[in-house]
Amino acid sequence: MIAEAFEFPEINAILRWKDLFPTFNKIALIAVAAAVIGSVIFILAGRKNALEAPKGVRNLAETSVEFIENGIVMQTMGKEGLGWTPFLLSLFIFIYLCNVPGIIPFLQMPATARMAIPVFLSLLVWVIYNGVGLKHQGIKYLTNTIWPPGVPVALKPLVGIIEFISNIIVRPFSLTVRLFANMLAGHILLVTFALLTSSLITAETSQFLLKPMAILPFFMLVFLTAFEVLVAFLQAYIFTILTAVYIGGAAHPEH
Amino acid sequence: MEALARLIVTEPPQTPSDVKAAAAATSAGFAYGLAAIGPGIGIGYLVGKSVEAMARQPEAAGMVRTTMFLGIAFTEALALIGFVVFILIGL
Repeated sequence: MIAEAFEFPEINAILRWKDLFPTFNKIALIAVAAAVIGSVIFILAGRKNALEAPKGVRNLAETSVEFIENGIVMQTMGKEGLGWTPFLLSLFIFIYLCNVPGIIPFLQMPATARMAIPVFLSLLVWVIYNGVGLKHQGIKYLTNTIWPPGVPVALKPLVGIIEFISNIIVRPFSLTVRLFANMLAGHILLVTFALLTSSLITAETSQFLLKPMAILPFFMLVFLTAFEVLVAFLQAYIFTILTAVYIGGAAHPEH
Repeated sequence: MEALARLIVTEPPQTPSDVKAAAAATSAGFAYGLAAIGPGIGIGYLVGKSVEAMARQPEAAGMVRTTMFLGIAFTEALALIGFVVFILIGL
């Protein structure tokens, strides 16, 4: 029976590694590498002569800056939000480089598939957009977030509670869970199909048709790997664009 | 009939933890399955309408696409919370 041969490992077995040395594991290694690689790319690009036609690493850097400016900042915050480009760019690059190891052979673990990095990033975003709101609107920010303009007085208590929960509590939570659960789901899918392929190949059975069946989960695995390339990019994009929307919304109240 | 009786007798007795594990597995499946229905319908509707809008007005495609991704992100969060519950209960 194939069901007996196929034992799915404990969730901890596919998410934990032995510490490289105390308090420093593979996730931390990937996160540090993402930060270092991202910084190195942009420092190298910044050193190139700006008057020459861009090539190599500078080309990459200019494309990503342009993508953040045109694809994210201009769409959500408009011209006055352009000052946020460096922050959003570093956020995007860091999350993307943390996501991508999920499909790189031998690393094969997105650093964002553990809760720690998404939680930290969304708490950072929470502090920033609330800070921006308090800076731009003063103390009125609090009432503006809780009561959108034009709410009838009778509804104010109800709307106040709902808006408070959705703006202050649910936003960082959903930012975290969106990134974390997407990457974890992708990782578990990849593990499942890889295990299915390998257990079909190594199955001890007298049915000669069983082993060639391994081609089916293998094709699914290839397809899912391609899908994860897309997901890694899309999740970084969505996290960044939501950050931009929250910051833009806090800076300029709705009328 | 006799074979059936032998099957029932030879089955190991159920312990409370077995029952609990079975209930957890079942409810984890339900948690994710039910949580995926609404967002599935929602994302399908959302993307369909966006494609309609893009086909109608190709010059507004960029704006529609950005808004579409925002909408997908908000809708998808519900399914993902269901997925997290699935992991918390089931594994």
